Amino acid sequence: MEETLIPYAGIVTKITGQTPDVKTFRVEAPEGGKLFEHKPGQCAMLSVPGVSEAMISITSSPTNKEYMEFSVKKCGCLSGWLHGMDEGQMITVRGPYGRPFPVDDELAGKNLVFVAGGIGLAPLRSVINYVRDNRDKYGRVDIIYGSRSKDDLVYYDEIVSEWMNTPDFHVHLTIDREQEGWDGHVGFVPNYIEEVGLNPINTCALMCGPPIMIKFSLPNLLKVGFDKTQIYTTMELRMKCGIGKCGRCNIGNKYVCKDGPVFRFDQLDELPGEY
Amino acid sequence: MKKLSLAKLYDFFAAIAAKEALYLPVNNEVGKAEYKRWSEGVELSHQLNTLRSAKDFFFPQTENLMEFKMEGKKIDIIDTREACDDFVIFGVRACDAASFDILDRVYLVDPVDSYYKNRREHGTVITHACGKPAETCFCGTFGIDAADPKGDITVWDVEDGYVFRANTEKGEKLMAATADLFEDTDDKAVKAEQDKVREILAKMPLADLTTEGVGAGLTKEVFDRPEWASLSESCLGCGTCTFVCPTCQCYDIRDFDTGHGIQRFRCWDSCMYSDFTKMSAGQPRPTQLERFRQRFMHKLVYFPDNNDGVFGCVGCGRCLSRCPISMNIVKVMKTLAKGGNK
Repeated sequence: MEETLIPYAGIVTKITGQTPDVKTFRVEAPEGGKLFEHKPGQCAMLSVPGVSEAMISITSSPTNKEYMEFSVKKCGCLSGWLHGMDEGQMITVRGPYGRPFPVDDELAGKNLVFVAGGIGLAPLRSVINYVRDNRDKYGRVDIIYGSRSKDDLVYYDEIVSEWMNTPDFHVHLTIDREQEGWDGHVGFVPNYIEEVGLNPINTCALMCGPPIMIKFSLPNLLKVGFDKTQIYTTMELRMKCGIGKCGRCNIGNKYVCKDGPVFRFDQLDELPGEY
Repeated sequence: MKKLSLAKLYDFFAAIAAKEALYLPVNNEVGKAEYKRWSEGVELSHQLNTLRSAKDFFFPQTENLMEFKMEGKKIDIIDTREACDDFVIFGVRACDAASFDILDRVYLVDPVDSYYKNRREHGTVITHACGKPAETCFCGTFGIDAADPKGDITVWDVEDGYVFRANTEKGEKLMAATADLFEDTDDKAVKAEQDKVREILAKMPLADLTTEGVGAGLTKEVFDRPEWASLSESCLGCGTCTFVCPTCQCYDIRDFDTGHGIQRFRCWDSCMYSDFTKMSAGQPRPTQLERFRQRFMHKLVYFPDNNDGVFGCVGCGRCLSRCPISMNIVKVMKTLAKGGNK
């Protein structure tokens, strides 16, 4: 009988340092190829037996048919171990879990605005590359992405060499403080939202970042004309099972692992503010 | 309905135990009832209920989920699941029997928990109608009838024996296998016993407890009630209430290095504990107020929200008698009913 708690073993075939504390792990099945299919915004439980298991967003696009990627910030038990390991190491993976961004439904045919801070770009990258690979299905794309410093911008090379060269992709990078060798925008993401000149008509916004960024970005998106029904985010709470049974990731009557992690802001308004 | 004479109860136990494991409430060395496996000479407890609930049979306090062999960079995943042997639980009360329906609503919905399902499929539940409900009982508040419990077979005490009624195919099969011990009877004695029990229930201290002010669709109203502060003020966060609760189903998954492999096990967890939701990035329930509120919101609002109005409490009263500071769901419900917005 099927049992979702029993994971697959996958091989970490490539580890890329993104920032001083973020690494991206490419995972393939032992026989090659992906362990399973997913949709943009879904997550998976990664584990090293004997260390820990944790829910991590799948940062690669489903259009990538060769492997899955996970970007992990070093901040805890499992993430610390992953940061210390070498390529060729096996880990376990189970999933995919959660509701994805509605890329083929509500987002289809729309202009898209991505708002991200720090490692928050990881779950959105799956959508961004899905959109790039289905370019004719979506309109104008604006990406507003900020981090503490240039060194803390994840996927910087990919952003510059690929995203910035995609037709009708407008990438707006910003860093918190002036830095030598940076001639781009300086300032916080929430303020930048007001400055880049967004058009909310026929547009949806997808936002992910630290809680403080979300807190100040939401009112600014509303200020430039967005409605809460046009803004999506993806949540993170502690999880053990990934299937709405272990009981810890609920916000009100919704489980982030199963009913989320993607929520629309008007849906979040229905829930208690316990996150 | 079938009748079993007083003298034949242990013959019935022996007949079951000859084929499969039989568990029933037995008084332990300190006089508390707990489920034990029956064998010749083991006596059925006559106490109203067991100290721990019956959920262990289907959702044990700890269980191994799988094993891993680690060699160099390689990981072997070993599926250690085995088909469960058939077993019978005798003497489950109405409240605990109702708790199985609640656990089913968690573990048998897609994706099904195969560990739970395995045990559920192989277990036969014989419930025992309550003859003498206790002052801490309030199953009636949640529509549970202590005089007519659910289960594969229901048993009533009557003057000179026991009356059995099979409710399911599993129950009928078990009754058929032990048919020579039984004689036919009508429902008169059961009706009389039920009338007696219902009369007692109506006079119980918690007979008037209602679900006013709680239930599906009331998240906003109940979550923001100021009374959570005073209700939770003395909570020690010990988690006793969750461990004796027949419907608490939260769990943790952890790994243990046995020295010759890694065992991944599951064990009960409690939303009353601070590290239940703690992340390296933060803590959505930073004080005991949020944790306490979560436990009762889940049983009284969130669970009904997601389960056609069914409450996540069966009124067994265990938390009433076990909480070291005498806080409990009844006090919470009474407080929320006062001045509620419903």
